[in-house]
Formats: sequence, structure tokens, C-alpha cells
Amino acid sequence: MNKQEYFKTIYALFKKELMSYFNSPIAYIFIGVFLVVVNWLFFKTFFIIGQSSMRGFFDFLPWMFLFLAPALTMRSWAEEKKSGTIEFLLTLPVTDWQVVLAKFFASLIFLFTSLLLTISVPISIMYLGDMDLGPVIGGYLGALFLGGAYLALGLFISALTKNQIIAFVLGIVACFSVFIIGADFSLMGVPSFLAPILKFIGLGSHFFNISKGVIDSKDIIYYCSFIFVFLWLNARIIEARGWK
Amino acid sequence: MIEIKNLSKKIGSTVILDKINLSIKGGEIMGFLGPNGAGKTTTMKIITSFWTPSSGSVEVGGIDVVKNPLEARRKIGYLPENVPLYDEMRVYEYLKFVAEVRGIPKDEIKDKMKKAIDACGLQKVVKKPIEELSKGYKQRVGLAQAIIHEPDILILDEPTTGLDPNQILEIRELIKKIGKEKTVIFSTHILSEVSATCDRTIIINNGKIIAEGRPEELIQRVGGEDIIYVKIKGPYEEVLRVLNNMTNVEKAERVDQEDDRIFGYNIIPKAGFDLREELSMAVMRAGWSILEFSKKKISLEDAFHKLTK
Repeated sequence: MNKQEYFKTIYALFKKELMSYFNSPIAYIFIGVFLVVVNWLFFKTFFIIGQSSMRGFFDFLPWMFLFLAPALTMRSWAEEKKSGTIEFLLTLPVTDWQVVLAKFFASLIFLFTSLLLTISVPISIMYLGDMDLGPVIGGYLGALFLGGAYLALGLFISALTKNQIIAFVLGIVACFSVFIIGADFSLMGVPSFLAPILKFIGLGSHFFNISKGVIDSKDIIYYCSFIFVFLWLNARIIEARGWK
Repeated sequence: MIEIKNLSKKIGSTVILDKINLSIKGGEIMGFLGPNGAGKTTTMKIITSFWTPSSGSVEVGGIDVVKNPLEARRKIGYLPENVPLYDEMRVYEYLKFVAEVRGIPKDEIKDKMKKAIDACGLQKVVKKPIEELSKGYKQRVGLAQAIIHEPDILILDEPTTGLDPNQILEIRELIKKIGKEKTVIFSTHILSEVSATCDRTIIINNGKIIAEGRPEELIQRVGGEDIIYVKIKGPYEEVLRVLNNMTNVEKAERVDQEDDRIFGYNIIPKAGFDLREELSMAVMRAGWSILEFSKKKISLEDAFHKLTK
């Protein structure tokens, strides 16, 4: 299989995955809830604070993704295993890795679409007053990376079970755990020499860096590595199939 | 076309397949017969490279399925048991997806889709979401997906399960039609299907191949005796005792009941004996009446029972 065919195959798989997202009622429900909650929470305090900033918005975005990402990924592998379509999928001339990539990018694009729908927030703010766009762009970028990390983790978890609910709950638990490893309040009880290490491993700190508008290569590398690790683990789990 | 050598499969400590050796020629229609849990589905999962062998090798068109799974998969069209489909897709969307993933060139996709749709009679439901289709139509979609890339080998796991008699006939015709040019392996419980459709039958039980050959050959091999079916009016426990006590009877068993005094029995003679005279005399001596009397040719079903006991 040459390079062109390799990517063409991923693209064909990707289209099917994306189609299943846009056909799934759960995804729309969660996006609907996501948009409503995000807008409500943000604008609730926005006028009180009176500042043209999206800081508040990007502060609780990770918490919203915590539920949205597992909701998007819970179905991905679990449903295939349950309905038996995995046996059809993995007897097509595709590698496990191609399928993992296709599922990941489809979920990422869908997440990106939901982020795009929040554009009403910055547009409203810019209408009301001057806003520094740097942190806004940085915030969205950081959100995309964070979301991608959660999605990679969620997909991995979906591959571990046939039950979507379990995939959902475990996904939330896993994403939450990885996020707070480096969060300030959990570092309080930890010996000081460990603190910087844990802070680096945790998902949260890197997000806060990026959302300040500062895009450090260190953070980008971190997220890409995180995503790669869990996609790789995902492929290994599928390969093992428990029964091979 | 398919060479299976010493194929074994263990899951944990359970042996599912035990040194299977099988050779299937190109253009053959092969029927895979066996009770549930015999290893039919497992064998198919390994041929299609969904699972890997614990030991042994499988070659498809000269390609080792473990060393070169992608290449092997290109040569195979597979319809797993229970026909798993993506319910939310429409028929044409699904077939287009399969065509694309299988690397069918863009300019050929429409043609190949049409061919598969026509071959499987899906013209009327092409735009419908798969979840809205009846079981029979879903089966046909599954079949369409398996042939769309015109593979050399078609592997169908219980393709007629759950279909009504008409649908079964249709699928059988389809299999025969496709089997004219391609190698087809299908598994089934329905023994009449095997005689009707296959060139060759393989009977598998407990992970081992226990019989193999043309359906007529198998019948002959296990047969060679003719079962006598007799309907006798009399108390069945006594009748059975008398029948089984006859010297040249291998086994007599009650097989049906007409009313509370009339029962039907299958009597298997010892090899080579013609029981007819002896039997009729024994029954009349005991004072019972014979209401029906015929020689039953041993069927594939009987052969199957015998071999998988």
C-alpha cells in the first residue's frame, strides 16, 4: 500500500466515523447542553466583572470538556464491540492504527465544530468592548489541544469495554484524574521536589499556559505526546482484542 | 486456494481448534457443518485474519494471513454471523464506504456498487437507512458488501439463519451463482442446505474435523445400512424391548407417535443384514399390527448425528 492509498483509506474511515457523530442524537444533546451551559455560566458573571476578557470562559472550558469528550467517545469502540461491527471493520484491508487515527480525527473535528459554535461569545464581547485577541486565540487553541487529549484518553477507554455507560463514566474519571494531577490544589500535599514533575504531567497546567496567550513549544509537545501515547495504547488494545 | 495446516487455537486453557488440516480448491463451494461451539466460526475468524492462530498456518491464495493480513483480506469477502451492519447509514452510503475503504478506484465505485446492488436485489431499498430493513434485506446488504470488490473467496458465517424459507432459497441461489466462479465457504446448521448447495462438506466437532467429502460420499460412508421405519400399534416399552432384543438389530428407537397406541420406530440393522422379513415376523408373532413399513435411506442428518455423537 503506497502512501496515497494509506491516507485515502484513513479518509474513507474518517468520513464514516464523522457521519456517525453527526447522526448520533447523544452528540447533539451534549453539544446543545454544552453550549447552553457555557454561555449561561459565562455571561452570568461576565457583566458583574465588567471586563472584556474571555478568561472566565476558558477557565471552566476544561470542566465542560470533561463531560463532553467522554460523551463523544463512549460509543466509538464500545458500540462496535457490542454490535459486532468490529468484526466487519477489522477484516477490511485496514490496519488497527488507521482505524484509531480515523476515529480520533473524526472526534476531534466534531469537538472543533462545537468549539466553533461558541464563537458567539467572543463576537458578543468584541461588540461590547475592546478585547485583546491574543489570549482568545490562545485559549481556543489550548482548548483544542486539551480536548484532543481528553478524546484520545476517552477513545482508549472506549476500547476497553463493550458498555457505553462504563466507557462514559470511566472516561470522566480518567480525564479528571489526569487533569488534576498537576493542578495547584493537588500539589499542595506533595513533597516539593515532586511538584514540578507532576505539574508537567498534568493536563491542566499546560492548558492554563496556552490560554494565557503564550504558546510554548513545551506545551504543544506535551499535548502531542499525550495524544500519541493514548492513541498508541488504543491500537495495542485493539490488536490484543482480548482474544487474539 | 485456501490451505490450512495444523491450525490450532487456544483461548486461555480451552482448546477451540485442534490441529485442523484443510485444503480448499478454487471455485469450490464448501459447506462447513458442525454443532454450536464446534469451531466453525473460530476457523472463519482466523481465515479472515480477525483472530490469529495459536499455532499452525493459514494461506489464502498463497498469502499467509498472519504475515500479510491486509493482502489476504483483499482477496476475501466476509459476512460474519449475525450480519453486523452500521444501522444508522443508508444502504448506498454503507456500500460506498465499503468500496472506498477497499480501495476501489473512484471511477469504478459507481459501477461496482450497481453490480452488487443488482446481484443482491437491493434496488428497492438503496436509499433506506439500514436499521429500517427487514432481516432478509439486511442479510442481502451484508452479502452485497462481501462481494462488492469481487473477491476470489467468499466466507459466510451462517448466512441463512433467521431467514424465512423463501429468503433462504434466494440466498442459496445467490451462493450457487457466485460459487460458479468463486470459492465459497459457508457454515450452516441446515443439513439439507449442504446437500443442495455444496460441492464438498466438512463436518467439524469439538475443534476437530471428523469427516470431509462430497455430501453423497459422506452419506455413503456412514450409511451402507438402510434404516427401517415401522409404525406399530402396541405398547411402546414392550415393542422397543422386543425390537432391541432381535439378534440382528443394532439399535431400535422410537421416533414419533400417532396416538396413544401407535408409535413409529427407526430400526438400525447390524451391518449388512436385511431385517425386513425377520422384523415383520417378530412383530406379528408378538400380536401387534404393522401400520407402516418402509426403508429409509440414511440421510446426511443421520450421518451428522452419528459422527457428532
